[in-house]
Amino acid sequence: MSTRQICVTVNGRQYSGAVEPRRLLTDFLRDDLGLTGTHVGCEHGVCGACTVVFNGEPVRACLLFAVQANGASIKTIEGLAPNPDELHPLQEKFWQLHGLQCGFCTPGILLTAEALLKEIPHPSQDQIREWISGNLCRCTGYLNIISAIEEAAKVLRANNP
Amino acid sequence: MKPASFEYHDPTTLAEALELMARYGEQARPLAGGQSLVPLMNFRLLRPAHLIDLNGIGELNYLTPAPDGLRIGANTRQRVLERGAEIERRWPLLRDAAGLMGPVQVRNRGTLGGSLAHAFPSAELPIVMATLGASMTLRKRTGRRTVRAGDFFLSAMATALEPDELLTEIEIPALPTNCGWSYQEVSRRHGDFALAGAASVVALDNSGAIIHARLTLTGSTPLRAHAAEPMLLGERPSESLFKNAAARAAENLEADSDLHASAEYRRHACKVLAGRALLQAAGRAAALIQGGLS
Repeated sequence: MSTRQICVTVNGRQYSGAVEPRRLLTDFLRDDLGLTGTHVGCEHGVCGACTVVFNGEPVRACLLFAVQANGASIKTIEGLAPNPDELHPLQEKFWQLHGLQCGFCTPGILLTAEALLKEIPHPSQDQIREWISGNLCRCTGYLNIISAIEEAAKVLRANNP
Repeated sequence: MKPASFEYHDPTTLAEALELMARYGEQARPLAGGQSLVPLMNFRLLRPAHLIDLNGIGELNYLTPAPDGLRIGANTRQRVLERGAEIERRWPLLRDAAGLMGPVQVRNRGTLGGSLAHAFPSAELPIVMATLGASMTLRKRTGRRTVRAGDFFLSAMATALEPDELLTEIEIPALPTNCGWSYQEVSRRHGDFALAGAASVVALDNSGAIIHARLTLTGSTPLRAHAAEPMLLGERPSESLFKNAAARAAENLEADSDLHASAEYRRHACKVLAGRALLQAAGRAAALIQGGLS
């Protein structure tokens, strides 16, 4: 089985490894790098649980091969909080406002919401709904997620006036 | 849910990619955004022996507006179409439809060329291309040809592309001045594939008569309403005119039944949406003439 050598920056840290071309980015992140915060739900691009930020844009990691990430810069949920003792405002608000129950969809939603708030610092509820429409949550009914994103947006706006 | 093994090729020039397509032909699949191909591979519905990744080919990634039209490199991502200022101003139909191509994570990777080459029957971009009168450039190692949208889509998930050809460019002609537009669809959830859809562009002269009208419905391939369009020319917009034209347009619609909708429902919904699309496009054209469209 032929493999390829790849070099990827994940959460600011450089990793390299040999991968089979068919290895999905999700499996590379979880099994080769041990970054198990990226969740694997449907593995065919429907549920959004595997969302990572790939060269600045949220994408589905189950629809990318690890070989395609050679030279790329990736952010996973492990890279969202500024340090081990502090939560990102999105994480803080999801916690305070019950934006999660089982937590399976949460990493994908947080990374999608972070990209949303970078692009649209003051999103409407409709814009929030549109942006998270690719992330399935089977626990919350979404209302608390939307509130948490709105509240986090206020904190981020106050932090970066 | 893991793809079968394949040999991976990552050409950096179009010439290299065409050489690989010529060498491997039916054993190869080109990989663009991967938002349709990779799910099929994960399910093992497709097991290409060779995967030719087009993402490193910079020369397939461009948007070139000119007075007579717009040339788009096939690798242009759907989100780029949504954000393009020139597209918003001159081809808003394309912007509107690109924004419905699935959630943001999919539009960030999915490409225009990939969606067209996949030719999923209820995808948004194929019927928009048919409505805008787009043509596709297909290249292979030994030559190139240009195919109009109407000849490109052959049947559900089948196009005019030969096994050794790549779709490299999409060219969209300029629309008449003050051209109104509308894209209408019914889908189960926002961002889902359309169960039924209709796209239209309409332009009026200063007296309010229709001088340009195009209408396309979602079927097993995009169905341009060639019989209905002439009924509109020279007429004044009215609900009854558009209702008749929509009924005519839906007469030949081939639709399939599946667990989401029956063929009968799809035909009926397409007819209703066609009427709405014409009405909205004509309304926007009238507003543009008066300079009142926000």
